[in-house]
Amino acid sequence: MSMRTPLGRVRGLGSAKDGTEHFWMQRVTAVANIPLVLIGLWLIISLVGDDYQMVVTKLSSPGWTVFLVLFAFSVLYHMRLGLQVVIEDYIHTEWTKILLLLLNTFFVFFTGAMFVFAAFKLAFGG
Amino acid sequence: MVELTLPRNSQIKSGKTWPKPEGATNLREYRIYRWSPDDDENPRVDTYYVDMDRCGPMVLDGLIWIKNNIDPTLTFRRSCREGICGSCAMNIDGTNTLACTKGADEIEGEVKIYPLPHMAVVKDLVPDMTHFYAQHRSIEPWLQTTTNEPEKEWRQSHEDREKLDGLYECILCACCSTSCPSYWWNGDRYLGPAALLQAYRWLIDSRDEATGKRLDNLEDPFRLYRCHTIMNCTQSCPKGLNPAKAIAEIKKMMVERRV
Repeated sequence: MSMRTPLGRVRGLGSAKDGTEHFWMQRVTAVANIPLVLIGLWLIISLVGDDYQMVVTKLSSPGWTVFLVLFAFSVLYHMRLGLQVVIEDYIHTEWTKILLLLLNTFFVFFTGAMFVFAAFKLAFGG
Repeated sequence: MVELTLPRNSQIKSGKTWPKPEGATNLREYRIYRWSPDDDENPRVDTYYVDMDRCGPMVLDGLIWIKNNIDPTLTFRRSCREGICGSCAMNIDGTNTLACTKGADEIEGEVKIYPLPHMAVVKDLVPDMTHFYAQHRSIEPWLQTTTNEPEKEWRQSHEDREKLDGLYECILCACCSTSCPSYWWNGDRYLGPAALLQAYRWLIDSRDEATGKRLDNLEDPFRLYRCHTIMNCTQSCPKGLNPAKAIAEIKKMMVERRV
């Protein structure tokens, strides 16, 4: 049993002077996701019934390439922030928490890289 | 800490059913959590019958009646019996509230009473409030100024005084903080709705000169940002205050000072 005073325990390591950036970017990406996800859904529905060549032709246009990159960035950024909070909320074993936070970041960067590669291949791959 | 199942020695057993008072016709069943640090027994739920013809209308009246007439070992905190001291906060019929302002007639069926959730229990319905009070102390709930003290009082306009309405009434009963899942899981680092409502009460006090320092002290992923707007705090507050809104206002101030 610790003999530290209750106030000492509450103050702990002090304030991290951080968290507002995380809070703000979660809202910024949430707002961005509204049009991006709606357009994304509309895009998928509009491609139903098209054959492979028609889909490639459509997605390789500059407008859709930019859209796909923006979509990947905003959605994955938002996902990383959200999952980080879930991990911090529920995982209290220090090494497990650090490991999961690392995997969260790695997964998002890997998925993002794949997404951007696919969009660029469609645009420039010929 | 996330604990989805209770440790073996905390699992609640069914307890003793105390005899019904003799000659009573208007009985009310109370089921009350019992635990004592003096034996190695698990917690249990005892059943009591209160004679409502000889007892006041509030849940606290029932508890006092049981202690006076059936079981003097039943342990709970109470003082003012009119919702201003915050001592008799407990979980009644599934909701954190004050026993003295909760009418027994507001509850259907038996009256189930437990201590405030996810707090260490001292005995029966008495939780250990040490950490909760230390969190309140940590937000430095007093006026802080650098300017030389005025000859009389620090002056405040009527409009600025009105900003404290809905905040100063908090009695620190802890109903809100102990109803908050985020506080259950991370109460060691998250300050909780009660302390944050008090923090906001000093942040918007026009007389206070330490606003920036106060915000610095709160700007932390755990101290402030564990609030996920679950709103249990606002729902449970027996004084009808809105801690969730106060926390949202603090977050707004955090963003305001950087964008």
